[in-house]
Amino acid sequence: MESLKSIDNFKALQERLIADRDLATPTIVIPAGTCGQACGANDLIRITKRELLARELTEKIHLRITGCHGFCEMEPSILIEPQETFYPNVDPNNMVKIIEAVARGKVLEDLLFVDPETGERVEKKDQVPFFKNQVRTILSRNEKVDPIRIYNYIETGGYSSLAKVLVQGNPAWVIKEINASGIRGRGGAGFPTGVKWELLANQPDGRGKLLICNADEGDPGAYMDRGVLEGNPHGVIEGMLIGAFGTGATEGVIYVRNEYPLAIKHMIIALRQARELGLLGEDILGMEFPFDINLVKGAGAFVCGEETALIQSIEGKIGEPHQRPPFPVQKGIDGKPTAINNVETWANIPVIIERGAPEFAKTGTKNSSGTKIFSLVGKIKNTGLVEVPMGITIEEIVNGIGGGPAGKVKIKAVQTGGPSGGCIPARIFDLPVDYKSLTEAGSIMGSGGMIVLDENTCMVDVAKYFMNFLKDESCGKCFTCRKGTQRMYEILDDISKGKGTLTHLELLEELAHVVKDTAMCGLGQTAPNPVLSTLRYFHDEYIEHIENNHCPAGVCKELITYSINENCTGCLLCLEGCSEKAISGKKKKRHVIDPDKCIKCGVCKSICKFDAVDVM
Amino acid sequence: MINLSINGLDVSVEEGTTVLEAARFMGFPIPTLCHKDGLSPYGACRLCVVEIGEGPKTKLVSSCTYLAEEGLKVRTASSRVIRARKMILELLLASCPQSKTIQDLAAAHSIRQQRFRQEYEDCILCGLCVRMCEEQMMAKAIGFRGRGENRSIGMPFDIQSEVCRLCGACMYICPACQLRCTFTEPERAICGGCENLVPPCIEKDQFDDMMCYMEPCVACEIKKD
Repeated sequence: MESLKSIDNFKALQERLIADRDLATPTIVIPAGTCGQACGANDLIRITKRELLARELTEKIHLRITGCHGFCEMEPSILIEPQETFYPNVDPNNMVKIIEAVARGKVLEDLLFVDPETGERVEKKDQVPFFKNQVRTILSRNEKVDPIRIYNYIETGGYSSLAKVLVQGNPAWVIKEINASGIRGRGGAGFPTGVKWELLANQPDGRGKLLICNADEGDPGAYMDRGVLEGNPHGVIEGMLIGAFGTGATEGVIYVRNEYPLAIKHMIIALRQARELGLLGEDILGMEFPFDINLVKGAGAFVCGEETALIQSIEGKIGEPHQRPPFPVQKGIDGKPTAINNVETWANIPVIIERGAPEFAKTGTKNSSGTKIFSLVGKIKNTGLVEVPMGITIEEIVNGIGGGPAGKVKIKAVQTGGPSGGCIPARIFDLPVDYKSLTEAGSIMGSGGMIVLDENTCMVDVAKYFMNFLKDESCGKCFTCRKGTQRMYEILDDISKGKGTLTHLELLEELAHVVKDTAMCGLGQTAPNPVLSTLRYFHDEYIEHIENNHCPAGVCKELITYSINENCTGCLLCLEGCSEKAISGKKKKRHVIDPDKCIKCGVCKSICKFDAVDVM
Repeated sequence: MINLSINGLDVSVEEGTTVLEAARFMGFPIPTLCHKDGLSPYGACRLCVVEIGEGPKTKLVSSCTYLAEEGLKVRTASSRVIRARKMILELLLASCPQSKTIQDLAAAHSIRQQRFRQEYEDCILCGLCVRMCEEQMMAKAIGFRGRGENRSIGMPFDIQSEVCRLCGACMYICPACQLRCTFTEPERAICGGCENLVPPCIEKDQFDDMMCYMEPCVACEIKKD
């Protein structure tokens, strides 16, 4: 790889790459992010490579392996360019057929996506309801780019924002542009990015400044940052380069959690390529602009996503938050001024520069501009990564893009913002998704986790689950956070076992408010949110547990019993499925569950075809 | 000098002063468990929380770690502070009821009951011993391990550390510790220094408790009897 010595060099390279692009040849795009690989994308890649070689089609059909496109429910999927034909849930056995069809320019009707509402086959990807209703600014890059090929990124317009900034040559312009775009931090707190950069730029320049990309994404069920890092690592690098130019930072750190091996791999390759090409290093594009990025792997602590704990972790110390002020922007890594932004924020920066701040600010609402990626998971039909403009209602995300509940049961609530977030009940789903309204509703935007809960979910159990997570993941420094989460878990556990009293409930609320008030860092201050928001919206469910020893959703094991009703046909299926041999009965006779042996695992209910198992 | 107001009184302090120091200088009592002069502030026990700010945007911060800022408005005993402090003491009492220090603090804040399931733990993880060992004894023999509910203090791998001099400073400073040097039971003696001195401290009246970090020195107590 040649090293680029000037902006003209870069532009010449980009023009050459664009001129060499071959958009007419059919290309098989296989998304192989972590989710895709888990679903078998690697098999598809292997078969495709083998077939293309065996049939000597390498000139006629191209193959591109990309990061996740977002529709996880339909993985492994395939996209055929330039027609944008979308094949969901591809069976490896059908792969050869698809390649033959692509070679002949045909479309295999019976493998196409079926619209669940109309029952019709949909060919184009953009017509699939899941994709149609999104505004995919960041995620759409994932389809176009092979994350381990920097030329691929450059030929699709990559690094032109950096060139634009370097040609302008005015750091103050960059900050003005970011400020004007109104972008706010995508990591959860929603601090205006431009303001943060301005603070960093105004710090004295004596000891060097740092930028950090926070990729320690630990929320259960959230994987937006992984999707971006795996699919478009150069987008993050470009964002950091623009940030470095604007703020005068000379060092960058990407802090990735070790649980994301593919993201780490792609990022290491991307950094190496950028360095070889002269886009990172002492003298970037001959502009006397030094900046380099290191990758630091986290060691698995949730709290290290908190910025002061993250800095401690990078410094090699125990991951514990400390008092702010001094803020990292005044005193960060090794005492140097440091600005920390989330992966998604960095990925948005090139977009802002490319489109211009006014254009960017047109998307979203007045106070929350741009798009936000959510990971939509739980009891919903279309799980996956969705990118929507800020200010869209939860209703549109859950029932529009998400396609409604996965089963027959109605959706009860959405849990947003991870363990520090709260539950939003279905009756206020017309709530717009932005920083302010979610906070007012008792939840937070967070990094973008969205867990859909249906009527079969017990809210006490949800609160208990998150409290269990937090009592393990609290760093333990603040007494109130450490002991408070343990005690809240203890009380919730008692309630879920029918041992709770109304006094417990008062104590729980009192304790939750004190923990919120007195903890030092964001983790502790938001830790009681799952409790407070479920208490606020689902108080009657708590009362039902306490006063009637009854779990309305049939989840809390101590409060439920399984029995078999008159629908039973005596098919013996549940009897054979029961691991505890708690079910007795003869063929064509109604079966009986022995409550003493039953461990309430629910296998019988899931096996039964006649709806004959009752949970009381 | 930095000017701030504590409970409505204007105070001028030097830069770098914590709110706790400023408040104590003015005579406002703020209870603490994890703070000791001479050790770096840590902010673990949260007992020293004070309310800062004005209007609807007030918040609680730990005064031991929060540096005085120009124009800061501090309240050391607002109802929100008292409510938090009482709950913290109740939590402490529920976990560590044997500690005299905690009992006294709870009594002083008129805590009459605790509503949680009673536990009997020794350590409240205030970290005083860790900082004492590192900052005053220059040993770094003990440290924190684990996180969340599995957090504990100890030596690496629970093996007696080579850098530990058995000085006993960790026990001396502990607000919750039940362990004390009991010279009379050799397995619980901390360093055995009083016996190994030449001539042994317990036989001659030469050294008195000036050689011992324990207060009172058990050997000295025995002599007095």
